[in-house]
Amino acid sequence: MDWGWISANRGELISLAGNNLYLALIPVVLGLVISIPLGVLSVRWGWVYPPVLSATSVIYAIPSLALFIFLIPFTGIVTSTRDLTLIIPLTLYTLATLVPNVVDGLRSVPEPVRQSATAMGFGAMRRLARVELPIAVPVVMAGLRVATVASISLVSVGELIGNGGLGFLFTDGEQRDFPTEIYAGIGLIVILALAADALLVLLGWLLTPWRRSDPGASHSTREEAAA
Amino acid sequence: MNAIQSAWAWLTQAQQWSGADGIPARLIQHLEYTCIALAVAALIALPLGLLIGHTGRGGFIIVTLANLGRALPTLGLVVLAFLITNGSPAAVLVALVVLAIPPILVDTYEGVQGADRDVRDAARGMGMTASQILFRAEIPIATPLILLGLRTAAIQVVATATIAAYIGLGGLGRYIIDGLARSDYAMVGGGAMVVVALALSVQVIFVGIRRFAVPAGIRQQAQTS
Repeated sequence: MDWGWISANRGELISLAGNNLYLALIPVVLGLVISIPLGVLSVRWGWVYPPVLSATSVIYAIPSLALFIFLIPFTGIVTSTRDLTLIIPLTLYTLATLVPNVVDGLRSVPEPVRQSATAMGFGAMRRLARVELPIAVPVVMAGLRVATVASISLVSVGELIGNGGLGFLFTDGEQRDFPTEIYAGIGLIVILALAADALLVLLGWLLTPWRRSDPGASHSTREEAAA
Repeated sequence: MNAIQSAWAWLTQAQQWSGADGIPARLIQHLEYTCIALAVAALIALPLGLLIGHTGRGGFIIVTLANLGRALPTLGLVVLAFLITNGSPAAVLVALVVLAIPPILVDTYEGVQGADRDVRDAARGMGMTASQILFRAEIPIATPLILLGLRTAAIQVVATATIAAYIGLGGLGRYIIDGLARSDYAMVGGGAMVVVALALSVQVIFVGIRRFAVPAGIRQQAQTS
């Protein structure tokens, strides 16, 4: 482990980490934007769900390197659209985790709650946005955490087609026979993944204030308040 | 479209289907790596997952491992294993095993841990011993999740073995890595097609295993969840 190399190349490491985050997080956001309508449709019309589920799990089984390669003829590896060669497959992978979680989350909404919202005069869209999706947040967030961590770590495989964020450290370290570079790459990816995971936990907490005051959901808050 | 056609043309050339670097030989190598890595990982992870799930002790280790397993970059681990052993492709198999352990361990643990308390109490009430409870109640209930863990691990190993061609491992990844190095995109595309075919076959095989390995009483439940 050569710590001197790490501090000497701080700027480079930070820019690779930034690129890695960009390539990993755009797919997660896109994946969420696609999964919510797919999940809503799957809950509303049950027959939609099995084919959607099979399609996403089949795509999930395809090795990332192969999927990147299939996109090269369309989006290239030296062109201005080369980021899409990674972003499209990574987006498809997130669907395998996000769609089932959106569906489970929406199904976790108790029927009386749904009926109360309707009785209060909520239309379908407003009920979805104001009642059902907020209640689904904890389950959706669990899927979002898994998808985010996996996406951050998968980006590095893109280096085999010349665009992989921190993955550059793996191929470069291999060619120069310099393990420090590889340790740094693995370390930074794990740190980014765990930090993103922690931020999502915090975001989930901020988005569901009612869970904090619910004595059934969390005893510690009440005990802390009493203390 | 042109790229797909040239990949298909490469794939259907007779020379691709014989010899030491023909598709059948590469496929067998790939299957060898996959089966060995999966078997070793299962030998380690299955008993451990059953033990932790049955006793309920050490659950936090599992959660940590699940997170870490997803965060670890496969390419980095493979290259690292190669470098620190001074270039031994066999060491890469160790990296494959390491990557296959978390999904098997986590799902086995969750399957056993998730067995209904009432079922466990009923089994104990019937006079079953601890090992009978494990083998005759908890494991059958956990079977769908255990198979899911094995399937996830198998998919992971097939993909990582492809990537491991980068440091000189044989198998189907060779076509992709060598093709990229020579800018022979017909070969890259053809190789990728074979990899996808293998990955999808693994998926189908596990669907088949699931059909006969999951006990009839559990099958109904498992399908709806």
